[in-house]
Amino acid sequence: MRKVIMGNHALSYGAMLSRAQVIAAYPITPQTQVVELLSEMCADGTLNAKFIKVESEHSAMAACLGASLAGARTFTATSAQGLALMHEMLHWAAGGRMPVVMGNINRALAPGWSIWTDQNDSLSERDTGWIQFYCSSNQEVLDTVIQAYKVSEKLMIPSMIILDAFTLSHTYEVVEIPEQEKVDAYLPPFNPPFRLTPEDPHAFGGLTSPDHYMELRYKLQKDMEKVPDLVEETGREYEKMFGRYLGQVEEYLCADAELVFVTSGTAGYTARVAVDELREKGFKVGNLRIKLFRPFPFKKVREILTRVPKVAVLDRNLSYGHHGIFYQEVKSALYGQSPQPAIFGFVAGLGGRDITRDSFKEIADYALKHDRAEEEIVWIGVKK
Amino acid sequence: MPKKKEVRKIVFNSEKEMPLAPMSLGSMLHNKTGAWRNIRPVIDLSKCIKCGICWKFCPDASIDIVDEWPQINYDYCKGCGICAEECPQKCITMVEEEK
Repeated sequence: MRKVIMGNHALSYGAMLSRAQVIAAYPITPQTQVVELLSEMCADGTLNAKFIKVESEHSAMAACLGASLAGARTFTATSAQGLALMHEMLHWAAGGRMPVVMGNINRALAPGWSIWTDQNDSLSERDTGWIQFYCSSNQEVLDTVIQAYKVSEKLMIPSMIILDAFTLSHTYEVVEIPEQEKVDAYLPPFNPPFRLTPEDPHAFGGLTSPDHYMELRYKLQKDMEKVPDLVEETGREYEKMFGRYLGQVEEYLCADAELVFVTSGTAGYTARVAVDELREKGFKVGNLRIKLFRPFPFKKVREILTRVPKVAVLDRNLSYGHHGIFYQEVKSALYGQSPQPAIFGFVAGLGGRDITRDSFKEIADYALKHDRAEEEIVWIGVKK
Repeated sequence: MPKKKEVRKIVFNSEKEMPLAPMSLGSMLHNKTGAWRNIRPVIDLSKCIKCGICWKFCPDASIDIVDEWPQINYDYCKGCGICAEECPQKCITMVEEEK
């Protein structure tokens, strides 16, 4: 069935089709509609799940963790300050190996108080041990929720599905809503290898001495390293059943490109249009949209970017005192590779300022005219 | 009370033997934590109405119901006094431990 829905509701439909059993959430703009629709679904019986209203995002994640440990498939969603308040519990989810799936609508962190998009909220949670998917269309959001449960529950690592505030969260697009029976066939019920049960009582997350802590974290990293291949495998399986491939990255006209944009989120969508327009004018450009950010898709990124002479990384985020975060990551992935392209770092669109086709033209103009970046950060659209 | 030398620790030699998540694996069967206690709850069963409130409130699951009557497991009870506080019959008194 095809439906015109907003990005937020694509998350709700994804959770519904995945048969989430416990949803705990606290409202925050621009996320609220995600759990608003889910609460309606719980109330009218469309979704057989327990909806828990809580007093904060910290509690929302805590409730999901308890339910997940008891063996329930859990879902929540948040944004910016809410995600920051959840921070401690995010470590509990990953360290305790509880495969919660959460939607995060990228919203700039205050102050100044903002409800508009940028990526610093989710990127501040980069090192918590969560899998992170950055989406660029409503269809991709819905499909990725279903895939994320499959990946997360196989490896017992939580997943964050990330979309831009307003430019995706409140944007309506035509979305193919998969049939429930087919989703059930793709995604079996959650059956964890351990759970909180009186039949086999254990306490979880208790004191762990230096004898064992490091081994637990070694195991988390080893399982994280399995994610890229599993995303590939489950993405191909999804394509076989639903006709849409879900990969780690989206490559667009990179093969013969002299310059490749590296983008994420909705900016990656805009970049494709900009690539078409630039190619019409004779500039050989391409776009590599990074969808899976954690774990970082080293293999894919190296495979594609070592073939091109120039790479322009666009960041809608900033590690203050360093560079844009995707720029850091791409550079680290390409360090010591041969051949190594010239890499440029651009920062644009902070706090929801539009990233347009013209932004990419400005980026292309700079990168094509320079052999190397003259500034540590090339700012796009800042009123200097 | 077990003496300190009887305390046992579970130590794995390889990550392969370990569970995925940090979880308790039964070390409490060996480590009887009741030794921390300064005051002990004592139940006057003649006043007890078998309501089970002490059993429900005990934060360390140290009260068992045996043949309908509450029985305190002193191997693990840490003497927090919640059972005495919550007992509607006030039939649990906290008594100072002696050496």
